Amino acid sequence: MDTKNNPEYVAGNGLIHRRHLLGLGLAGIGSMAAGSALGADAGMLSIPAWSKAPGNGPSEYGAPSPFAANVKRLAGGPSATAPGSGVSRTPLHLLRGTITPNSLHFERHHSGVPAIDPAQHRFVIHGLVRQALSFSYEDLLAYPMVSQIYFLECSGNSGANTVATAGDTNAAAIHGLLSCAEWTGVRLSTLLAEAGVTDAAAWITATGADAASMGRSIPLSKALDDVMIALYQNGEPIRPEQGYPMRLFVPGWEGNVSVKWLTQIKVTDAPAHFRDETSKYTDLLPDGKSLQFTYPMGVKSVITSPSGQMKLLRQGIHEITGVAWTGHGAIRRVEISADGGRTWADAHIEAGQQHLALARFRLPWQWSGAPAILQSRATDSSNNVQPGRDSWMAAYNSANRYHYNAIQSWSVSAQGDVKNVYA
Amino acid sequence: MFMRKSVSMLVIAAGVVTLGVASIGFAADAPANPVALGSPITEAQLADWDLIVAPDGHNLPEGNGTAAQGQAVYQQKCAACHGAGGEGASGSPALVGGSVSTTPPLLTVGSYWPYASTLFDYVRRAMPPTAPKSLSNTEVYQVTAYVLHLHGVIAENFVLDKNTLPAVQMPNREGFIDVSAN
Ligand code: HEC
Repeated sequence: MDTKNNPEYVAGNGLIHRRHLLGLGLAGIGSMAAGSALGADAGMLSIPAWSKAPGNGPSEYGAPSPFAANVKRLAGGPSATAPGSGVSRTPLHLLRGTITPNSLHFERHHSGVPAIDPAQHRFVIHGLVRQALSFSYEDLLAYPMVSQIYFLECSGNSGANTVATAGDTNAAAIHGLLSCAEWTGVRLSTLLAEAGVTDAAAWITATGADAASMGRSIPLSKALDDVMIALYQNGEPIRPEQGYPMRLFVPGWEGNVSVKWLTQIKVTDAPAHFRDETSKYTDLLPDGKSLQFTYPMGVKSVITSPSGQMKLLRQGIHEITGVAWTGHGAIRRVEISADGGRTWADAHIEAGQQHLALARFRLPWQWSGAPAILQSRATDSSNNVQPGRDSWMAAYNSANRYHYNAIQSWSVSAQGDVKNVYA
Repeated sequence: MFMRKSVSMLVIAAGVVTLGVASIGFAADAPANPVALGSPITEAQLADWDLIVAPDGHNLPEGNGTAAQGQAVYQQKCAACHGAGGEGASGSPALVGGSVSTTPPLLTVGSYWPYASTLFDYVRRAMPPTAPKSLSNTEVYQVTAYVLHLHGVIAENFVLDKNTLPAVQMPNREGFIDVSAN
């Protein structure tokens, strides 16, 4: 191999400098990849059948290619005791980029998806306000709106990796309660100003119109900051499973507080201590006490490719890629290790909106065929660094499943099998 | 509704009048909303609709109930899932017993929840899962009393009502650290 084509190794076990993603020296690396794997189809090319007959015409609402039918949510089965309750998970390992398509946004319902007729739906602000107000869906559509890209993560996301033995599952099963979309709606502060919050107010309580009337309490300071009533998701009316016709959207905070099917905001002087902020969504500590109202999601990243249950089919160059996010600002840095955390290299982070949104990272990796442990470690603009699993586990009771943001380890065997491991 | 809104939009478009109401209190110096379409409503109109019960008892309804009365409600409407003694079953959580300090801990209404108001609030809005909001306020008081009694929090004939419920001391009342200000 001549020096021009020699990849610039930056950390152990084959990690290559991120500049090689940007076109510099790619020729050499590319030829290495081609030499080892491509070219399987060598032979005469013929014109395919679809190039010889007209295809289907336009449609009213598009659908994925039947050949991409595997790109779907990982949905749990129906619950016998709690009808409509449960989750479906975003197939992170099958997506590239940062935006989650609406049909693949994760779901968590506590009593199913209500079939709401927007003409009958009412949204009420009351409590410690000068004038309680009722709004129709049509009313809200007439307000000035804002559009922002935000991640949404369930507080229980990745909780699977808090159990004693690492499950042999994939990135969706472990980390798929995470999505990112462009949300458009009316700032809650606009509507609270119209109702006139009184001096005694310190909290709001938000309640949905689902059968469980899911409710959460949120400090007024956050409600007046960046919280919106979202009406559009990636440009179209938000999906029923995301709260149609309207949901609260609380950027950077655990997903459960972004109350779907929003019907009530009661302004109060104290939290309501709803069941989903006492019995659930509280974080048990080793001494038996619990943290309550742990709202922001911690700094976190996960390699989505290669990831659990994938198989590397050839040696040579692979792109390590994944997503990183934080509820405390923006991602500043993502480091990758291919040797179980002994050495690290900076990944390239794609440009784009970074504040409270998913960041996409990439780094080239030369797999020699030797076993490897791939990890990613994110740092955010508030200087929070993603913890290792041991230190996260030590901070909580072993039964706590909320707010797990530890480093994910994927082992790669000599046969190329990628597996979820604790390392 | 449609008429009112059309007129409002025309007025805004013409720039003749700002419909926003000047705020007092938190946003005294914020500009009035250029669009202000909320319809005034009174708390009285929301009396049957606002189900939120606060730990201080705010918004608890009239009525009352005891555990002795709640046993029948519980056996009929809850026991099939949560077990005859509240011990839980596959797919439905235990409601009583347990402890935060065993390994693993067993978190129940009795061993974990800081406020009795949450039990009333949750059962009224969400239980049973097949027919939420089907219980009368009296039944909710009764079955709340029964669940609390099963854990030994209140006596069998303790009368739970809007005055006594907020005073019920839950065993894990001091078990939570509020980090909302962090
Ligand atoms: C069809 C089965 C079923 C019936 C009947 C039922 N429940 Fe439940 N209950 C559940 C399930 C399932 C959950 C968990 C729901 C969830 O987590 O979203 C639950 C949750 C609860 C909780 C919260 C437990 C916790 O630790 O967070 C309470 C309290 C409760 N039920 C009380 C009752 C009462 C009182 C009744 C009778 C009026 C009742 N349930 C009837 C299945 C049932």
